[in-house]
Amino acid sequence: MNGKPIIQTLHLFKIYKTGTVETVALDDVSIEIKRGEFVAIMGPSGSGKSTLMHMLGALDTPTKGEYILDGESVSKLSDDDLADIRNRKIGFVFQAFNLLPRTTALKNVCLPMVYAGISKEERIERAKKYLQMVGLGDRLEHTSPQLSGGQQQRVAIARALVLSPSLILADEPTGNIASIQASEIMEIFQDLNGEGHTIVMITHEADIAEHAKRIIHIKDGHIVKDGNDHQQRKAGK
Amino acid sequence: MEYTEIITEAIGTLTVNKLRTGLATLGIVIGIGSVIALISLGQSTSQAIQSQIQSLGANLLTIQPGAVSTRGVRGAAGEGTNLTLEDAKAIKTSSQVTTIQNVSPEFSRRTQVTTGKANTNTQIIGITPTYEIVRKISLDSGNFINEQQVNSMAKVAVLGPNVVTNLFGEGVNPIGQTVRINGQSLAIIGITASKGGSGFFNQDDTIFVPLSTAQKQLFGADYLSSIALEAKSPEVMVDAQTQVGYLLLARHKLNDPSQADFSIFSQQDILNTASATTSTFTSLLSGIAAISLLVGGIGIMNIMLVTVTERTREIGLRKALGAKKRLIITQFLIESVILTFVGGIIGIGFGVIASYIISGLTSSPFVISPSSIILAIGVSSGIGILFGWYPAQRASNLAPIEALRYE
Repeated sequence: MNGKPIIQTLHLFKIYKTGTVETVALDDVSIEIKRGEFVAIMGPSGSGKSTLMHMLGALDTPTKGEYILDGESVSKLSDDDLADIRNRKIGFVFQAFNLLPRTTALKNVCLPMVYAGISKEERIERAKKYLQMVGLGDRLEHTSPQLSGGQQQRVAIARALVLSPSLILADEPTGNIASIQASEIMEIFQDLNGEGHTIVMITHEADIAEHAKRIIHIKDGHIVKDGNDHQQRKAGK
Repeated sequence: MEYTEIITEAIGTLTVNKLRTGLATLGIVIGIGSVIALISLGQSTSQAIQSQIQSLGANLLTIQPGAVSTRGVRGAAGEGTNLTLEDAKAIKTSSQVTTIQNVSPEFSRRTQVTTGKANTNTQIIGITPTYEIVRKISLDSGNFINEQQVNSMAKVAVLGPNVVTNLFGEGVNPIGQTVRINGQSLAIIGITASKGGSGFFNQDDTIFVPLSTAQKQLFGADYLSSIALEAKSPEVMVDAQTQVGYLLLARHKLNDPSQADFSIFSQQDILNTASATTSTFTSLLSGIAAISLLVGGIGIMNIMLVTVTERTREIGLRKALGAKKRLIITQFLIESVILTFVGGIIGIGFGVIASYIISGLTSSPFVISPSSIILAIGVSSGIGILFGWYPAQRASNLAPIEALRYE
């Protein structure tokens, strides 16, 4: 680990206004995540972890504060610039897989490359490579209904990896999958982390968070605990 | 992202719900189809009128007696008795009139015509042999009226084909038989070839008799109902109109053209009036068709809005993965343009078929102008952009976090 931060948030606030009622979803959140880390963000529902995920994923902008992703400040960018940042720097893995309906695994993996302006030949070549990597080399032409939950999530992982992003952002990646397949998915994440990928995972399941090297606990928009649980436990023993 | 890819993808999306796509397109199909059919109908009608009028003679001028004021009471135009055979002769012989080739004095009146068995009400026209040339009459059988028959007030008649059918039935050759008009018995000497009806009088439903016979024997009149003139060429029509006009003014002892007790008009005048009428009619019908096109466009907008709502998650995902606003707009606009474009093409097909059938039924010419087809394609694509814009804009403004709000 070279110590250079991939993610740096400085006093991040997100305040939602519904009529006259203000809801503070993120309240002065400052975190730093370094290249090569595998971080789990944990918290009960309503804790602000989804809002934090939206911020980290450049899907939404903070009300106040600074967010620096891989050296670029993204707090005040336009919609289109944010789209560009997401395309180049972030690989998303969603709880609901979010594959395009009626579209083959291959084409789903091609989609981010389409937006990056990569030629068709190269897109197909790369998509095949990544699908093989997640063990779906024989399922290229299958559409979502023909794939199991675990397989669909592996397609999504291939899609997240295909543009070699700085950060893989996973939102409850095992939430919709049977537990045997869930552990397969977590193995893939651990392998990817072993290869040097930075992974940030949102989850509310403690056993899933166990796979990460560092767990950040969030509650009511504050970070309540941040640390390497393994090391803490080891140290505690 | 290349356009061909967006288009293939859009076609893929549209074929998923074929019924909905079909119904959305139907509005445009009906709109474009009726525009094409109605424009074609209008053009074919005006062409039919033109060719009928042209067939009556492009060099033709007609003089009709104008309204006459008798002690301040103004009669209707065409009713006057102030046009005489002498006027016709003067036009023919005057040195002032250099542009007229043939003069055909005519006296016409409607009356009852009988044979032993049947009777009909038809137009009787008293004529001289020049009528055949000026009015471009061709004979189906027998002979036309000659000079000698006019001079001798011969009791002969040439019948139009409709009169023959009305009096003698289909497929009968009545030459040699007689018809009774106003108590006089006239021998049938010829049948004219069918020419088709024009808007003003149907030459096929006419009986031609010598002018003298009509004036003196049948109706007891000494004036003319009209004088038909054949100018030397279509180019001298205006000159001819002026020359004849001044000659008649002088003969009728009038010194001001505004007092003229006659009117001279050319086929071109009639043509212009007829064209103006048809074009008004065509634009009226096209206007109605355009309304149905507008309704079709609103249908497209409605479907596109439903589609955007249904595909919120997909749009959010695409944005999360890096799709920019413009791309989302393009994607949805292309979908709506494909809907309206395909609708337009099918509509053109239906419109062409419909106008083909209509032209067959009305035996008018089948006219489809390339401009109306290009217009239809342009308009239908334009509707796609116009009515697809708002839904596409809405899609592009969706927040990407919608994609994550699944549960």
